[in-house]
Amino acid sequence: MAMHGMRGLSVFISEIRNCQNKEQERLRVDKELGNVRNRFKNEKVLTPYDKKKYVWKMLYIYMLGYDVDFGHMEAVSLISAPKYPEKQVGYIATSCLLNENHDFLRLAINTVRNDIIGRNETFQCLALTMVGNIGGRDFAESLAPDVQKLLLSSSCRPLVRKKAALCLLRLYRKNPDIVNVDGWADRMSQLLDERDLGVLTSSMSLLVALVSNNHEAYWSCLPKCVKTLERLARNQDIPQEYTYYGIPSPWLQVKTMRALQYFPTIEDPHTRRTLFEVLQRILMGTDVVKNVNKNNASHAVLFEALALVMHLDAEKEMMSQCVALLGKFIAVREPNIRYLGLENMTRMLMVTDVQEIIKRHQAQIITSLKDPDVSIRRRALDLLYGMCDVTNAKDIVEELLQYLSSADFTMREELSLKAAILAEKFAPDLSWYVDVILQLIDKAGDFISDDIWFRVVQFVTNNDDLQPYAAAKVKEYLDKSAVHETMVKVSAYILGEYSHLLARRPGCSPKEIFNLLHEKLPTVSTTTIPILLSAYAKILMHTQPPDQELQSQIWAIFNKYESCIDAEIQQRAVEYLALCQKGAALMDILAEMPKFPERKSSLIKRAEYSEADTAEQSAIKLRAQQQTSNALVVTDQHSANGATSPVPVGQLSLVKVPSMITTENDTSSDHTLSQQNGALSNVDPQPPSADLLSDILGPLAIEGPPDATVQSENNAASGLEGGSDAIDGSAIVPVEEQTNTVQPIGNIAERFHALCLKDSGVLYEDPYIQVGIKAEWRGHHGRLVLFLGNKNTAPLVSVQAIILPPAHLKMELSLVPDTIPPRAQVQCPLEVVNLRPSRDVAVLDFSYKFGTNMVNVKLRLPAVLNKFLQPIQVSAEEFFPQWRSFSGPPLKLQEVIRGIRPMPLPEMANLLNSFRIMICPGLDPNPNNLVASTTFYSDSKPAMLCLVRIETDPADRTQLRMTLASGDPTLTFELKEFIKEQLISIPTAPRAPAPAAAPPAAQPTPQIPPNDPAAILAGLLS
Amino acid sequence: MGIRFILMVNKQGQTRLAQYYEWLTLEERRALEGEIVRKCLARNEQQCSFVEHRNYKIVYRRYASLFFLVGVDNDENELAILEFIHLLVETMDRHFGNVCELDIMFHLEKAHFMLDEMVMNGSVVETSKANILSPIQLMEKAS
Repeated sequence: MAMHGMRGLSVFISEIRNCQNKEQERLRVDKELGNVRNRFKNEKVLTPYDKKKYVWKMLYIYMLGYDVDFGHMEAVSLISAPKYPEKQVGYIATSCLLNENHDFLRLAINTVRNDIIGRNETFQCLALTMVGNIGGRDFAESLAPDVQKLLLSSSCRPLVRKKAALCLLRLYRKNPDIVNVDGWADRMSQLLDERDLGVLTSSMSLLVALVSNNHEAYWSCLPKCVKTLERLARNQDIPQEYTYYGIPSPWLQVKTMRALQYFPTIEDPHTRRTLFEVLQRILMGTDVVKNVNKNNASHAVLFEALALVMHLDAEKEMMSQCVALLGKFIAVREPNIRYLGLENMTRMLMVTDVQEIIKRHQAQIITSLKDPDVSIRRRALDLLYGMCDVTNAKDIVEELLQYLSSADFTMREELSLKAAILAEKFAPDLSWYVDVILQLIDKAGDFISDDIWFRVVQFVTNNDDLQPYAAAKVKEYLDKSAVHETMVKVSAYILGEYSHLLARRPGCSPKEIFNLLHEKLPTVSTTTIPILLSAYAKILMHTQPPDQELQSQIWAIFNKYESCIDAEIQQRAVEYLALCQKGAALMDILAEMPKFPERKSSLIKRAEYSEADTAEQSAIKLRAQQQTSNALVVTDQHSANGATSPVPVGQLSLVKVPSMITTENDTSSDHTLSQQNGALSNVDPQPPSADLLSDILGPLAIEGPPDATVQSENNAASGLEGGSDAIDGSAIVPVEEQTNTVQPIGNIAERFHALCLKDSGVLYEDPYIQVGIKAEWRGHHGRLVLFLGNKNTAPLVSVQAIILPPAHLKMELSLVPDTIPPRAQVQCPLEVVNLRPSRDVAVLDFSYKFGTNMVNVKLRLPAVLNKFLQPIQVSAEEFFPQWRSFSGPPLKLQEVIRGIRPMPLPEMANLLNSFRIMICPGLDPNPNNLVASTTFYSDSKPAMLCLVRIETDPADRTQLRMTLASGDPTLTFELKEFIKEQLISIPTAPRAPAPAAAPPAAQPTPQIPPNDPAAILAGLLS
Repeated sequence: MGIRFILMVNKQGQTRLAQYYEWLTLEERRALEGEIVRKCLARNEQQCSFVEHRNYKIVYRRYASLFFLVGVDNDENELAILEFIHLLVETMDRHFGNVCELDIMFHLEKAHFMLDEMVMNGSVVETSKANILSPIQLMEKAS
């Protein structure tokens, strides 16, 4: 039974097979490789037979995973052997061992061409197959005409032509120019009249590639495809050899329907009717049969038909029919059908408006979440996730929680993240949200990133009603025997802040709470101890009347950690101990945390950077944008701390202070404390962070409002008519001084937008100063220079420039001099490093004094997303494989955007180009569409390719459909939103008259038009 | 592109045939085969025939001791590939008569010829068994 005449090979394979272990195999392979190498080298005249044998041995060894580079030449040389058996081995081995860029391949190009144009059709087939598998650009250029001739030749037999079709497909992918669209469309259409199903199958693959690139040119093929499908579906004139279990070539049927999905619509009513008849037949006529192969084949056709129906956006009735079918499928026993049912239902969710009908199957989908098969569970999770909204969030999240305990480890992180996000987005009430997160931490603590518990802390802090509830809840969890460290963190934080609200409940005295927390201390790591220390300090402060015993106990702990090797712990211990001895100051500084300013879904934003499978997150984010979170709304309604102060206080004390007093010296007297918002941040080594979450755990344990008592007095006095200003003033300038009586020249927002597009220009100007900017961008680095020019004959004093960078940028501003001499210009370099994709903007908080005028402006800096883009021209052959490889959300996102600022297409193209998103002309055959590409640079990842497709509607210029794809879900989402912002509103409206009319001191940032969302965000940041 | 690779692996995880339609280095192949074998071979009969791996899917089918694993793009029609595997097996059956692992091992070249007749560059070329086998029969007659 050995191969003809290749005894040596059989013996070798047997010996390999008998090897007991990998080591033996390696030894045997090495021996053989030595032998083969010797033969190739030494024996000048190897017979073709020997060569063939050795090449097969090499191929076998290569398959086992060993390197056989030395034999490439021998494999290629067999191609020119005169006899079929050797030539065949040469071709097969070459296509297995070499890739298209291999130099040896170029050497063979002539031989290959001779075989293709020669008369021996078996040689033709061999050559076409190899070129079809590994032919590169060189082959495309030299062989395309020959291959086309073979494909169209009437004298050529089908066995050659079918290979020519796929060979041409390969060459076309390597170089699309080889197919001349004008001439080829007709030929392609003729090819579809082919009776031979082998040729037709290959031609259909060729067509799919061609139409995916340019459907308009191949319009004439559409009716042919419908005809082919009809012929197959009605089983007309189909040879027995091409029927598979009674089904006329299911593969060709699938392929034909795939080709049809590349045509946007079908206009001709007759063709449309015929197609829908066929589809209806497939949808209704596919029965479940016993034979598994027949069943699979017919369902392969059925699922493709479903996809085509979805694509064609059929009438509602047919759509419901599809959902009904899918509903049936997800309940069957056959796991493959169940899997595909779930998968297609998820797809359906994206393309059409059938969510309500799909919701009816929720119970069944939840059952699939518990399926023994991980493939099915994943599909179910995705689907549940996609279909979740306010109406069913409670059920779905609770199911996810329940499943979490039994879920396998590979899914837990993804699951818990999804549950947390859904809970936040769709919470019917906040106590439920707290319950969910605590359960998550309890059940899957290891998989809960810090962001999740930061977020819950934020909500609790911002919602007074929630505080006692949350405190009681975490206490319940702490009572349990085994508590996850994350639970300890969140409990310590919440109990430190709010346990006094529970003081009257049994078991909740300060002492009991302290004991409960303190018994966890030996079990936690150094990152948790600082939080515990803060909690102790706060508990102590809240203990009324003072408890001497508790005090000495806690002081002893601080004492103990005063010499801790961990700087963070040590600092807190030292500071708390010092503060404790200051009596009243302790009260001020340890006062309740102020409200957090509400920021856009910071959990989601942060969560995306976590190591978790980020796959679906941005899809959620997408939905999150569309549906406002209840939680967010609630916080807006509450005024923080009752009478104390409106929300901005928190922002000020949290964000601004650390950066403002970093130069203050270390010894903090009570005086400086109350003056400087009570922050002990003088030793803060971190750059000022605009991210509030990180501040919770920042070295600064006790950021409080300036000092609760003083401040509330202030507010009581001024609260009625401009409390926020009083606070703002206290943080930046002496209250007595008037701010911003100076009017800027020009529109600040317009200047900013102009600078987003160019690299130098004026950022801000008023009668006294001009702030210019010049930037150089290279990859993820930016080097900006701020030019501060004094326009006057008197010096500008108290000049301060503070950068408030968003979390994704690292920014370093060199020293800004305090005074700018008359008529002088000062240059301040600013270094920027981009860490991640984000649309957040950096803000320059700039102030100076001229005479008695204090001017303070917040200016957005043009270190925006597009500055980290590098345009790249992508050819069709690179674009389409990439495009397809990003198969769907979250890597590829699509959105219909309405309310676009109408502009002609070339203008839109220019706009994109100016954002360094490069239009690739000619890739999209539809003249109303734009295809563009760019690369994104960040510190955290290598350059990422981003692909954009914009489909416009010539009838309605105010809407378009945008599809964005990249290898990073966050990037895809951020870039999509970025482009959207640019298309929707480019604020060119004149400045609102409001600032002029408003009292001079009323608004800290009056220059920014209120209708500019980015400006509002920037305002929030400052 | 469609089909990215076709692997035949026995239940011990040894590769018996590997045909790639996208270029991978030897190291990448070894790693990929290892991952896939670990993932797929552990599955049981009640589980579905599709496994998601990296950014593509594996459609697989088991025949006695031999697994046929086909890597496809995410949007490929899974059932069509599943039956394509069966078509391949039936074709080999017709040629070898009740094909087994050893047939493929010791007639690796024929298995490759058949595959080349059925798939080119990741697309299906031919689905008629007679047409697939005719070149091989021709060759056997010639030698």
